[in-house]
Amino acid sequence: MKAAIVVFPGTNRERDMAIALRRVTGQAPRMIWHHETDLSGIDLVVLPGGFSYGDYLRCGAMAAHSPIMGAVRDFAAKGGHILGVCNGFQILTESNLLPGALLRNANLRFLSQDCYLRVEVENTPFTRRWKKGDVFRTPLAHGDGNYTADAEALAVLEGEGRVAFRYADAKGRVQADDAGSNPNGSVNSIAGVLSENKRICGMMPHPEDLVDPLMGGEDGLPLFEGLVEALVR
Amino acid sequence: MNKPVTVDESLAREFGLTAEEYGRVLSIMGRTPSLTELGVFSVMWSEHCSYKSSRKWLRGLPTKAPWVIHGPGENAGVVDIGQGYAAIFKMESHNHPSFIEPYQGAATGVGGILRDVFTMGARPVANLNALRFGSPENPVTRRIVDGVVRGIGGYGNCVGVPTVGGEINFHPAYDGNPLVNAMTVGIARQDRIFLSAAAGVGNPVVYVGSRTGRDGIHGATMSSAEFDEDALSKRPTVQVGDPFIEKLLIEACLELMATDAIVAIQDMGAAGLTSSAVEMAGKGGVGIELDLDAVPQREPNMTAYEMMLSESQERMLMVLRPDRTELARKIFEKWELDFAIIGHLTETGHIVIKHKGALEADIPLEPLADEAPVYDRPSIAPTAPAALGNVHAPLSLDAMLLQLVASPDLASRAWVWNQYDSTVGGQTVRRPGAADAAIVKVDDTQIGLALTTDCTPRYCQADPRTGGAQAVAEAWRNITATGARPLAVTDNLNFGNPEKPEIMGQFIAALEGMGEACKVLDFPIVSGNVSLYNETRMPDGTTQAILPTPAIGGLGVLDDVSTAIGLGMQADKDLVLIGATRGELGQSIWLREILGREEGAPPAVDLAAEKQNGDFVRAEIQAGRITACHDIADGGILVAAAEMVMATGIGCELESPDSGIRPEAFWFGEDQARYLVCVNDAQAFCARAAQAGVPARLMGRSGGNELILPSGVTISAARLQFAHESFFPALMDK
Repeated sequence: MKAAIVVFPGTNRERDMAIALRRVTGQAPRMIWHHETDLSGIDLVVLPGGFSYGDYLRCGAMAAHSPIMGAVRDFAAKGGHILGVCNGFQILTESNLLPGALLRNANLRFLSQDCYLRVEVENTPFTRRWKKGDVFRTPLAHGDGNYTADAEALAVLEGEGRVAFRYADAKGRVQADDAGSNPNGSVNSIAGVLSENKRICGMMPHPEDLVDPLMGGEDGLPLFEGLVEALVR
Repeated sequence: MNKPVTVDESLAREFGLTAEEYGRVLSIMGRTPSLTELGVFSVMWSEHCSYKSSRKWLRGLPTKAPWVIHGPGENAGVVDIGQGYAAIFKMESHNHPSFIEPYQGAATGVGGILRDVFTMGARPVANLNALRFGSPENPVTRRIVDGVVRGIGGYGNCVGVPTVGGEINFHPAYDGNPLVNAMTVGIARQDRIFLSAAAGVGNPVVYVGSRTGRDGIHGATMSSAEFDEDALSKRPTVQVGDPFIEKLLIEACLELMATDAIVAIQDMGAAGLTSSAVEMAGKGGVGIELDLDAVPQREPNMTAYEMMLSESQERMLMVLRPDRTELARKIFEKWELDFAIIGHLTETGHIVIKHKGALEADIPLEPLADEAPVYDRPSIAPTAPAALGNVHAPLSLDAMLLQLVASPDLASRAWVWNQYDSTVGGQTVRRPGAADAAIVKVDDTQIGLALTTDCTPRYCQADPRTGGAQAVAEAWRNITATGARPLAVTDNLNFGNPEKPEIMGQFIAALEGMGEACKVLDFPIVSGNVSLYNETRMPDGTTQAILPTPAIGGLGVLDDVSTAIGLGMQADKDLVLIGATRGELGQSIWLREILGREEGAPPAVDLAAEKQNGDFVRAEIQAGRITACHDIADGGILVAAAEMVMATGIGCELESPDSGIRPEAFWFGEDQARYLVCVNDAQAFCARAAQAGVPARLMGRSGGNELILPSGVTISAARLQFAHESFFPALMDK
């Protein structure tokens, strides 16, 4: 799998993501500056976390208009695989590559803590190493992670099995109105969603920060291992 | 400022200079200075920039060790952490701005200390902060806590540097003057460290980063005076930070630092363009000429005076190799940052400032530095506190414990940490609260850094000398408790008005205590900051000084980060107490929270015992024979045991002490040089301790999910956690 990480001005989790990708592929991913437009030979494009353009205007709104995003849209149109984490998820919704939007956290404060995610769909490139209903721990760190979508879009997402992950408690119980298990107040406790072809995934938490026992666990590793399996050539 | 002003003694006084200091300016210049020149003198000779009250005493601190690469005098301290790497670190205060405008004050405090570190070529890898707030009962406190926490998070989270540790105290003495001390740690290759001494006559002087505006003019002067009731009207002197620009500046500078373009570099911090230009040229023994027309400006019609004194954030000054300026310009253009050649180095030994064709300033640098005032201010040695008489516990042990773990200084800080990104970078091995010091791995190596900030201001107030030593010893102990080797210290000396002999006496005594502890523990001070005039003038004319607060930022190293241990209780272990217990309750948290008294002498600091006990603990951790370790500090043995239980939810059954000491003194006394450790075999462990001359005794056995007191009374981990977690949300989310 050849992976590329897009770096915007203000991106700050590109090194975390590179560590996780290097861990599963054995090679350093290509780092792509937002002014570039060439994605040839790339199997997976990752939009990492951070504060692209300072998150001024709206999180992800300016990055969605940078030169690389034209290439990313073409890549998506050709069926390419894209992972957007945190700010990357926000950029994907701002680019209309994924439905919905990320609002301020319900408690109006930045949140940095561990959360539990329940896997909602198996056999996608992002979730194939898990079984439906599996629960894993992952850090989250964001001020604007409160996922929302209009009723129609939500019905489509739920109906088509495009909710990848939901916030849950350690035992996998999902309760949208419980700030303990759904810390940012996301609708239906949605933590990650998929595109119609299930080749684009956006999620707020940071599985890339939990891929090493030294840092507290490897709970995030299956996501990256699954991608390697799915995209091996 | 555009109307003509007369430069005279009265204006000099407005700028914070004394009549005598103004006289010195006149004799150096041989004429009446221009407004811009007076501005330069006044900020360079401010307490903040000149250390005029503290310098004499700072000289006495130990600053050397074989592993120290650069001690005080550079932008930050530099120590050897092995394998060709260096840790670069410093702590700095942003106290006054944080009272006036808590969010921006704290945010720009973080931004400023980050720049001090990446200026030297280091990628910042960790932030910590030592915070002191007023009484939780004071209605203002909540607003200040909220703004400071949001500000630290808002800046640190955006630049992508994890905030991994720190400390918080509450006390009414900080009601009108909170303390915000921010620490940054960075990593560089030892052969890629950048210094600030300018060199090469004719070399271009380059300005990069944000544009200059009118914000923060005379900020350094403001932080060198006590507050009065008009403090809030000083809001315009507080700078506004932009962490996005800072992030770009970090990346652009590090990219440029990978080339050979930079001769010297310094951030524009306090006193902005003035101090960076004066210090770089002064250290290099050269002159500097600046053309202010070339300075990128945010606002129209700025005067030379305004530009030289602006404290606009996110700016750097560099001296470049002339043949590399285009390469440098391209890098800064890539990052969409301003880049301007604003002057060059000269052989005149003067700083010459031109603006719109006019000569605005021409000051000889040598006397500006060498004839800067240094004061040996009168001092009164602190009187020894009266010993604490007999005190008696009014409540049961379990009731007092529950009250203590819920008290402001001991309650869980999770509400605060959870607003700081502590994992960005992917190198955080122990997050806040998981160990006595935060542990951060050095990328691409197995090296770990152990980081902590410590100070117990109530000890310093009662006995500054003991308090100063204790702050250093506690930082050393917290690093030791993770298994790391303590290497060096950065300090942030927060005190009241040095013109008062009793405050000066506190300062001198605290530094004596710190210096002695640093010497005995081989823990030199490599960087730091002094913040004086932390006083508030009350409406009735009296002034309230803060508690003397010499905050210590400690750094230690682990050659193999996987050997680090945390403080959480491990199941089915023997719990062993290390260190001697006399039951010292003077100035204890127990005395203050349970009896409402702040009295007595702080616990004695026995540095020889501290070293002996700590060296033994560290060796045992490194040998893999200790699985959890927690230093015993505020609240004594019982609070330490409860903290271990709360960290993992694993309980323990405590043994009766049979010590002949009253129970409250045994369990809540704050005797120093002690640790609680989890070991597999207490008998063998205690035998090794005895051989090393270290007091150690079995204190209990871990397991279950309850803390069981010797009386048989049990408290569940969940009940302790509930009490522990309630304080911050109750204060802040009401």
